[in-house]
Amino acid sequence: MRRAVVLLALLALAGAGSARASEQHPTLSEVEKEVICPVCHETLDLSTSPIADRMRAFIRGRISAGDTKSQIKAKLVDQFGESVLAAPPKRGFNLLAWLLPLIGIVAGAVALGFLARRWSRERAGPGPLASSANGRAPLDPELERQLDEELARFDA
Amino acid sequence: MPRRVKIVLQATAVLVVALLVALLGWQVFRTDQGRALDSKVKNGQRPAAPTFTLDRLDGKGKVSLASLRGKAVILNFWASWCIPCKEESPRLQAFWEKNRDRGVVVLGIDAQDFDFDARRFVDRYGLSYPMLRDKHGSTLGHYGITGFPETWFVDRSGRLVGKHVAGPVSDAELERYVRLALQS
Repeated sequence: MRRAVVLLALLALAGAGSARASEQHPTLSEVEKEVICPVCHETLDLSTSPIADRMRAFIRGRISAGDTKSQIKAKLVDQFGESVLAAPPKRGFNLLAWLLPLIGIVAGAVALGFLARRWSRERAGPGPLASSANGRAPLDPELERQLDEELARFDA
Repeated sequence: MPRRVKIVLQATAVLVVALLVALLGWQVFRTDQGRALDSKVKNGQRPAAPTFTLDRLDGKGKVSLASLRGKAVILNFWASWCIPCKEESPRLQAFWEKNRDRGVVVLGIDAQDFDFDARRFVDRYGLSYPMLRDKHGSTLGHYGITGFPETWFVDRSGRLVGKHVAGPVSDAELERYVRLALQS
């Protein structure tokens, strides 16, 4: 157990270190995946439009100048607006894009849990003695009495 | 679950779905607005030109289309990386110089472009007609712009009279549409 915790902590540290390195010294391909071409609306790594070429040249220039990934993205937003980002920024109205899926998952899980509980209660029913032989809901006593009478008459 | 809680949850779900459908409808309407203008003009109608107020490319103030009421406006959508724009822009400059006294204005709208590239383009081709910058590209949807260059012609009362789409606009087209725009 302790080993697993240490391993997880090491993995988390390695991930954080790599994210910090990517932020401080990004490569062109890292930035390309996070930026949208304003003409063809694909990420820059997939786009071959002239403005995408121009944007790649701009990013290369900013990387050489020592800009961080956030600084480069901020400069692109300044030129093309926030729609240039592949993922919306985590603030203001855009925060909804990040929160709504999480809220949906949590609400779905709660609803599923609630329904599962209700189903299991219904299945358990009022007790094994009360349920009919075929496992279905028991008949109304009055109806059962009528049925017995009819069957007896039929047998006779 | 209490009945009231159930009703509130159902109402919330219906409201969320209605909101999403409304958002989708609004987006579709916005996209179709420009296309609708195009077909109206082709059918001989003169729909009102979508209004806008944009920053000047040189950063010195803003210009609104409404402020140009009374003039024939050539709305040219362009970008510095657009190849046909290199041929078209000097033609627009020459046309503007020749016709500005007749009440003709050429308005360049640069979009999907770096502002410094656009300014370099303007300097390189010696363009002195008003240049605006549409950073968010909002006018592109409103005017149904599908590529660069594209040019709309607006009459003196702010109505659209014609559109040029493919490749650089010719002198003959400029003359024909401007005559129409000045007639109103």
